[in-house]
Amino acid sequence: MRTVSIDPGFDSWREKARDLILAKVPPEEIAWNDSSNSEDSLFADLESINEQKGNFSAPRAFVDFAQLVACHRNPDRWARLYSVLYRIKIGGDRDLLKKHTDHEIHTLEMMAKAVRRDRHKMKAFVRFRKVGETADTKREQFVAWFEPDHHIVELTAPFFVKRFTGMDWSILTPEKSIHWDGEELHVTDGVDKSQAPTEDALDDLWRGYYKSIFNPARLKVKAMQAEMPKKYWKNLPEAPLIQELIQAASTRRDAMVAAEATIPTPVPKNAYIQSLHTLKDAPQLSEIPLDPGDQSLSAMAKVAATCRACPLWENATQTVFGEGPENARLMIVGEQPGDTEDLQGKPFVGPAGQLLNECLAAAGIDRSAAYLTNAVKHFKWKPSPAGAGRKRRLHESPDQFEVSACKPWLQAEIARIAPNTIILLGATAARAVIRPDFKITKERGLIEQSQLAPRVIATVHPSYLLRLPDVERRKQEALQFVQDLKLAVS
Amino acid sequence: MSTPLQSKLEILADAAKYDASCASSGAKPRNSIAGTGVGSAGGAGICHSYAPDGRCISLLKVLLTNVCLYDCHYCINRRSSNVRRARFTPEEVVKLTLDFYKRNYIEGLFLSSGIVRDADYTMELVVRVAKLLREEHDFRGYIHLKTIPEASQHLIEEAGRYADRISINVELPTEESIKKLAPEKDLRRTQQAMAGIRSRIEESNEDRSARKPRYANGQSTQMIVGADTSDDSAILTRSNHLYTSYKLRRVYYSAFSPIPDSSAILPSVSPPLIREHRLYQADWLLRFYGFEVGEITPKDGADAGKLDLDIDPKLAWALRNRHRFPINIGRAPLDELYRIPGLGVRNAKRIVSARRYSALRLEDLVKMRVNIKKCLPFIITSDHQPSRLGLDSDRLRAQFQPKAKQLEFEFGSAKESARTGQV
Repeated sequence: MRTVSIDPGFDSWREKARDLILAKVPPEEIAWNDSSNSEDSLFADLESINEQKGNFSAPRAFVDFAQLVACHRNPDRWARLYSVLYRIKIGGDRDLLKKHTDHEIHTLEMMAKAVRRDRHKMKAFVRFRKVGETADTKREQFVAWFEPDHHIVELTAPFFVKRFTGMDWSILTPEKSIHWDGEELHVTDGVDKSQAPTEDALDDLWRGYYKSIFNPARLKVKAMQAEMPKKYWKNLPEAPLIQELIQAASTRRDAMVAAEATIPTPVPKNAYIQSLHTLKDAPQLSEIPLDPGDQSLSAMAKVAATCRACPLWENATQTVFGEGPENARLMIVGEQPGDTEDLQGKPFVGPAGQLLNECLAAAGIDRSAAYLTNAVKHFKWKPSPAGAGRKRRLHESPDQFEVSACKPWLQAEIARIAPNTIILLGATAARAVIRPDFKITKERGLIEQSQLAPRVIATVHPSYLLRLPDVERRKQEALQFVQDLKLAVS
Repeated sequence: MSTPLQSKLEILADAAKYDASCASSGAKPRNSIAGTGVGSAGGAGICHSYAPDGRCISLLKVLLTNVCLYDCHYCINRRSSNVRRARFTPEEVVKLTLDFYKRNYIEGLFLSSGIVRDADYTMELVVRVAKLLREEHDFRGYIHLKTIPEASQHLIEEAGRYADRISINVELPTEESIKKLAPEKDLRRTQQAMAGIRSRIEESNEDRSARKPRYANGQSTQMIVGADTSDDSAILTRSNHLYTSYKLRRVYYSAFSPIPDSSAILPSVSPPLIREHRLYQADWLLRFYGFEVGEITPKDGADAGKLDLDIDPKLAWALRNRHRFPINIGRAPLDELYRIPGLGVRNAKRIVSARRYSALRLEDLVKMRVNIKKCLPFIITSDHQPSRLGLDSDRLRAQFQPKAKQLEFEFGSAKESARTGQV
């Protein structure tokens, strides 16, 4: 058995552990001694057994983990860490840290957990008290007192430096104290609690806040204590309020329940409030007036915003009405808004819209001069299957009922714009205005539909191109698509 | 001695306490090293204190003013309430936030406001506080701004430039309930505002340029439970819709709580705390355990659409779907492990990792602190096989039912479970 003396810190242990591992010293032959006042063991002549200093590295995951465990107050930690390191390096068990059911790993994990919790509580429950302010720079000075369970002060210091860079502070603890002056962190010995200030002018305000944010109608004392155990209370300025708040809670709650209710006052004659009510009380359309009459497009869009002629409104964010100049000569009709269009309330602004933009440009068509709309004005979707990650909204094609429910809007738009040319993108658009069994693949290109517009073109929807997995095929289809678009300007 | 500032703070904190959100986590990592002030954020949030209601105190949660034009019947601050009114100046909130922060009382600010004059005017004041904190004081702590759905899009957008999180309360799950209890609010408009926020957050996330302007990276909302007649299925359906459509980080559930001056339309009752707790558990099942909303509550029978208040929703689901059990801990894929009562996401993953090295026994699960009592009838381990008879027994449910008296004590773990989602 050899006694190995170290400073009670991770770096010191690491240095010794490295030498011992290189010398392949089994854990059971080592007694670790980390008390600074003990005499050095006569047998602790490690250097002599380890002439040839080699190099080795412990896995990064082990170092991070060991650094936490090293903060635990249990004196066995050095031996336990060494034993695990020995099993990894000499035993060749590279996956040891992942074996959560291994007894040694489990014990170390429990220790690391305790240290993590202690650090977390330090970050939470340190309370700074102001002790001064530099007259010219206005830089403030603060001092805090904290009593950690484990040796965590130095490991946790960087958190406070990064958070409170712009002020001077000291955190005093029984074992070690840390100080920040704006430039450097200093570590000094521990002090007695009497060295720390006990009050701050702001503590009263804080207590006032604590008292008021508490809801007496929902008393859950155990839940509070699970997260804020009593041992911390003595250093928390708000803690002295806890008992009286608990005691008065039920009386306060009963009084609230028993109190007589207040009759709501009538809606005030406030223009803003009236406007909210007008908007809210607007009738929801369950049937669309077939004849747009002499309504402008923007007036139509306003009415369409309340449309509930089919159930699609329910899961969509908003009606996405057509967009473009009232005197447009070209009208482009797609299927329905997608995810992006639904969020923004505008047609063709998502991925398919971007592809359409590129192809329109390639065909020499100015999008801003065209009127763009969809056969169906609400986004139809289903959630992606449950499982990993957040759910997304997946496009679902509208059915015959939804298309015909929405058709009056499309007809009204066509009647209002009276375009020279209509481009129908995809089967849904073509079926909506031509006939239900229209086949894009067979009939694409110029089609005779003079009741709609002098020139009508049917082609694929850009989202069809986006779905093609094969790049070559996609290129070909895109060329064909641009050819179809060009029919509008030839 | 109570100063004017102190009594204002007390009124405006009192007015803010019905908002359940306290999250200060998930901000983009930053600190004050290269700055001129204080503040850091990112990673896990920190709860700096706990009130005896079990709720954590992480942020200075106040209203800018509790004067309000709206008349939402569940709200203490509605215009027809007789509550005492007060109003902070933006500068006062800024100073309070910094002073509290420097004493390490808080992680940052959660600012909300009653509606004064109109939505835009109010929103401008709220944004001004955040702007002062960020630009004048280089404050790098956490800021959560409650936005007003009726406010202009550009103001909501500006709020997002200073805040880490923005939220809009949907308040109630159905259009009818909102119409009845919040006459100035509108579900469609609220969802449109959420859609705008989602677009803006995603736009910012896609911007990979180094100098891109900072933007909030999450939105959340709150629903009040028990103020209307909506059942749990309606609430969860709305949550699921909001999560899917607008990518919310969180939906908070707040049991409708007695308020000092209640509306005749909605008299005070004791808050349904267990129901709130069960909703949080169900919410976790939706988001992390791969459950579909339709699976969580019974489809038919007397309890259709309702969560079981006596037992947690995963256990309730397992008891309704006993044919899916027992599940073999040593072999079942992760998504099946998620279905086992008493086994959380974290432990399910650790099981998958640990079983590669050795066959798992019950004592291994004990080491992982799995809730063995709850699991036992549903699992197979290398040293345990539940009796088929037990799994089919009518008494299985009774085994998990709390004894009448214990219900109250169960409250204690509610918060913890709601937070960790270990059900």
